[in-house]
Amino acid sequence: MSKTSTTGEIGLFDGAILRRALGQAVLKLNPRGLARNPVIFVTGLTALLVTLLVIRDGITGAATFGIGVQVAVWLWFTVLFANFAEAIAEGRGKARADAFRATRSTTRAKTLMDPARRDIAVPKDAAALVEGDVILVEAGDIVPTDGEVVEGVASVDESAITGESAPVIRESGGDRSSVTGGTRLVSDWLVVKVTAAPGNTFLDRMIALVEGARRQKTPNEIALDILLAALTLVFLFVVVSLPVFAIWSGTQIPVIYLAALFVTLIPTTIGGLLSAIGIAGMDRLVKANVIAKSGRAVEAAGDIDVLLLDKTGTITFGNRMADAFMPLEGVTVHQLAEAAWLASLADDTPEGKSIVDLAQKQFSLRGDAAKGASFVPFTAQSRMSGANLADGTAIRKGASDAMLRHVGLPASQELDRIVRTIASSGGTPLVVAEDTRLLGVVHLKDVVKPGIRERFAELRQMGIRTVMITGDNSLTAAAIAAEAGVDDFLAEATPEKKLELIRAAQADGRLVAMCGDGSNDAPALAQADVGVAMNSGTAAAKEAGNLVDLDSDPTKLIEIVLVGKQLLISRGALTTFSIANDVAKYFAILPALFVTAYPGLAVLDIMRLGTPASAILSALIFNALVIVALIPVALRGVRYLPASASALLGRNLLIYGVGGLIAPFIGIKLIDLLVDLLHLA
Amino acid sequence: MATDLIQFALYGAVLVALAMPLGAYMARVFAGEAGFLRFIERPIFALAGIKPEQGQHWSAYALALVAFNAAGFVLLFLILKFQDLLPGNPLGLPGLSGQLAFNTAISFVTNTNWQSYGGETTMSYLSQMAGLTTQNFVSASTGMAVAAAVARGLASRQLKTIGNFWADMVRATLYVLIPLSVVLALLLVWQGLPQTLDTSLAATTLEGGQQTIAIGPVASQLAIKQLGTNGGGFFNVNSAHPFENPTAIANFLEMLAILVIPVAFCFTFGRMVGDKKQGRALFAAMGIMFVIGLGAIYASELQSNPLYPANVVSTGNMEGKEIRFGVANSALWAEVTTAASNGSVNSMHDSFSPLGGMVAMLNMQLGEVVFGGAGVGLTGMLLLVIVTVFLAGLMVGRTPEYLGKKIEAREVKLAALTLLVMPIGVLAFAALSIVAGTGQSAVLNQGPHGLTELLYAYSSATGNNGSAFAGLTVNVDWHNTFLGLAMLVGRFGYIIPILAIAGSLAQKKTAPASSGTFPTHGPVFVTLLCATIIIVGALTFLPVLALGPIAEQVSIAAGQSF
Repeated sequence: MSKTSTTGEIGLFDGAILRRALGQAVLKLNPRGLARNPVIFVTGLTALLVTLLVIRDGITGAATFGIGVQVAVWLWFTVLFANFAEAIAEGRGKARADAFRATRSTTRAKTLMDPARRDIAVPKDAAALVEGDVILVEAGDIVPTDGEVVEGVASVDESAITGESAPVIRESGGDRSSVTGGTRLVSDWLVVKVTAAPGNTFLDRMIALVEGARRQKTPNEIALDILLAALTLVFLFVVVSLPVFAIWSGTQIPVIYLAALFVTLIPTTIGGLLSAIGIAGMDRLVKANVIAKSGRAVEAAGDIDVLLLDKTGTITFGNRMADAFMPLEGVTVHQLAEAAWLASLADDTPEGKSIVDLAQKQFSLRGDAAKGASFVPFTAQSRMSGANLADGTAIRKGASDAMLRHVGLPASQELDRIVRTIASSGGTPLVVAEDTRLLGVVHLKDVVKPGIRERFAELRQMGIRTVMITGDNSLTAAAIAAEAGVDDFLAEATPEKKLELIRAAQADGRLVAMCGDGSNDAPALAQADVGVAMNSGTAAAKEAGNLVDLDSDPTKLIEIVLVGKQLLISRGALTTFSIANDVAKYFAILPALFVTAYPGLAVLDIMRLGTPASAILSALIFNALVIVALIPVALRGVRYLPASASALLGRNLLIYGVGGLIAPFIGIKLIDLLVDLLHLA
Repeated sequence: MATDLIQFALYGAVLVALAMPLGAYMARVFAGEAGFLRFIERPIFALAGIKPEQGQHWSAYALALVAFNAAGFVLLFLILKFQDLLPGNPLGLPGLSGQLAFNTAISFVTNTNWQSYGGETTMSYLSQMAGLTTQNFVSASTGMAVAAAVARGLASRQLKTIGNFWADMVRATLYVLIPLSVVLALLLVWQGLPQTLDTSLAATTLEGGQQTIAIGPVASQLAIKQLGTNGGGFFNVNSAHPFENPTAIANFLEMLAILVIPVAFCFTFGRMVGDKKQGRALFAAMGIMFVIGLGAIYASELQSNPLYPANVVSTGNMEGKEIRFGVANSALWAEVTTAASNGSVNSMHDSFSPLGGMVAMLNMQLGEVVFGGAGVGLTGMLLLVIVTVFLAGLMVGRTPEYLGKKIEAREVKLAALTLLVMPIGVLAFAALSIVAGTGQSAVLNQGPHGLTELLYAYSSATGNNGSAFAGLTVNVDWHNTFLGLAMLVGRFGYIIPILAIAGSLAQKKTAPASSGTFPTHGPVFVTLLCATIIIVGALTFLPVLALGPIAEQVSIAAGQSF
């Protein structure tokens, strides 16, 4: 199966999406839809009012007809551009959702009346499955919906949702017991208990989220909406009272001009782009293969103060790897390395492989010595493994106490010293013996992922504390923590301790994020403000978390935080830009409106615009076009580099605040030149 | 000019030197830690059944405040309406008309002290002392209580209560206003202000004619008039009157008294929320706006009237100013009194150059947040802080926070509501009065200056400032009613939402600051806050200012007068 476009890039200006968005923009003029966005709704009403007035002017043949038509057209364009922005964002989401849908099966499910009797399966339409049904999935079948494995072990191809083509194991019990609808069994069979009815699976939720169909406004979006509505109301008072003050001053302002002034003042830019920003943020998350159960969770991710990260798999590679050979006196490193190599050749564990790798890398050993050797696997009784060579030599490796028992000797001072040194540095000592002669120790150590230290430094700069969670003892944990550069660690962690840690941080007013997969993580996932469940994890964990990572990659947590922050920054930056723009619009429109009453007010016309009519038209055109110009910023998100709040604020204020003050002066002037050139007003 | 600047600097230095310790002291007062007047405080609490330690939910706090003010309004209204039937009326002045009593009662209860009347010819001593002076104290302490409650709300973690209104109000009066008033009144008497129950002086003028000059208990009323950001004068011409403001020292003292409590509240706030930097940031923002305003007024008053013939030598625009105060002290007073919502005047703002008068008006239109009224100036500023933090705070990638409290839909809704106060009180009410026809009939001047007079009145009322531009005959039923309403909107339209916000924030957790938190101190934030205030104010008022003072200025420059 191809790597579907779940992780692919959708072009910013994909032709098909743009074409469909154009149509959608018109359909979105439906007042019921528009009413969801107060600023654009008011703009629509104003456009309607002006249209009616223009029709009247057309019938009566009033002189303002020509400019009136243009004002009306640009007012409608303002609404359409806002709709267009939203439609593009939705279109991109839809494209992604369609890619998901294409992988879904329409096959029938095999339901089992009695989970124990796999031979009696009743075919049932997949769409008719309900929660609690027990189904049989066999090799080659597509899993019809989300569920939990009750029985069996199978390898599953999850590329449809993760893009990762290597099959993964799913089995009953343990932390790998959940299957996702849309994935395909490669081998064996599974008995699965349905945990989500079709239409409500993770995949469906993801589709709904990226399509924006059932998108709920997030708390911050609601708050921003309120503020924008209040500003709109303030400007309504300004514009409605203005003709009265104008009459006092012996001049009259045409309603069309007032309408233009009103729409240029109200925050149409951010109002028009707000929902596009929200949908695009969700889309970025989905692109990272993370499903948010709600937009709220994404926003909360931006607010995180404390990140709880599992050591294994996130901070370290998750496997102990051979780092050094430390021979006892009288043994060469080469001898030790060769013995360890021989003892590990048939060892499938990551530790064993890493010993082989290290020995080969250091001494380029050849396979000759291994000929005819028989391998002794690790058992719980002997707690060691090794090989019996053709010449009868028995080589063993294992934990220090097991090996001492094996050779029947007390530990020499020297061995004891080496073992202690390794243990106190957080590593694991593995003692190697040839027959009854102890050769030395292999230093196994937890290897910290490259680049993770820098990542944590970035997080620290952003004001986020990282806490490493590990089952290791505190000595080992401290060593790894220091190497990885985390701020704190929780050693010998149990689910209860995790929960306690989260509660304590929250009691201090901090927001906590964590990821987890096991059922015993569920309480902590539910308690955390942002809980990222691994898709491979249990259904309980996935239910408890508010985000699910389809790739089951715990490092994702950091990316999720960045997506959340970028979403909020984009909103803030465009809001600031939108409001800063108003200053220039006043300087364009006010002199145009009042210069007949007080010719001296021409001093306010610092842009030296052509005529009053062209000034008003230019401001209106600028106001409409800026929405289109900013669509890419809304979709892509404002560029975000991890930095401290002060640095971010300074930078964004300069670009969007000061830029927002200056840009319209230039833009309006240029448009005015063009309007004059074309004799539009 | 150099001496002017030295005077300004001296004023600023003394003001801050007084305000900082006062701020620290007030923080102790509102924490119930100041105890040297406990022997008076305890019986008051016992008598009134006040349990100072019993915190109130914000709604109970607001209800107590409104009820107390309503009762004050009714009492004052009755005193004014029936002053002819009451004792303490040696001049036998008649009772006030219903409309005027309504307007005046609201005016003093809301700490506006707008005066649609001439004090010495309208008010009996009982009205002045028992009626108006009482409200001078308690309207100020009401505002101070609000600030204390809001600071407390921001400082507390997951609490349902924001303090006890009765305790806050009593303590503000007892520990702050009364002691300061006593000291100031004595200083003013020393400077020659009358403090007597006699009604008038008979004087022989230089030409030998006889003149009757009204006097009375001036010093005591003056002290609280300035300290409580009240501004209602004993005499009609307010602090331009030689008996209200006889000397340079009296002038200096009175200007200090106007701003000392509002400035001190910045420092009180910093201490109460446990982070002095936060208070200093607010002080810096207000201070910058103050200096800009002062500079603008001073610069425009230094210009002589462009309509004068070229051969007239002028030391600036002296029309409507006392020669003894000159341009510098008139400009300083104008900035001080409109920045604080005081409203007392020592020169006639109506005669300022159009731009000078505009700055004074803009101070009020910004919502009286450049220090502002006692207590309420601070809380008004906090509302704008919330708006600023919300608008720009998102740019650091977190849900906006102030002092560790998340600013969410409820707080934004309430703060956004207050953005409507000024447009309603000024734009809507002034436009209505023009539509109703009363606007034109009551103004002295037509054209842009008349519009400014009208706007000034409504800005002053809504901003609870009370300073009058003159030129507008306000003692007509329409204006008495609508200015009264504007004062109510301007007072409770801010107080109730900010108390609700305080209540809501008090219940929230406080997130500890980190390098990821939006910094609400430091120069970037201060600049941002100033910019937000100016932009919000300018966006609301620039159109009408263009038709008023700006049009007048450009027309005068072109040789046209109105």
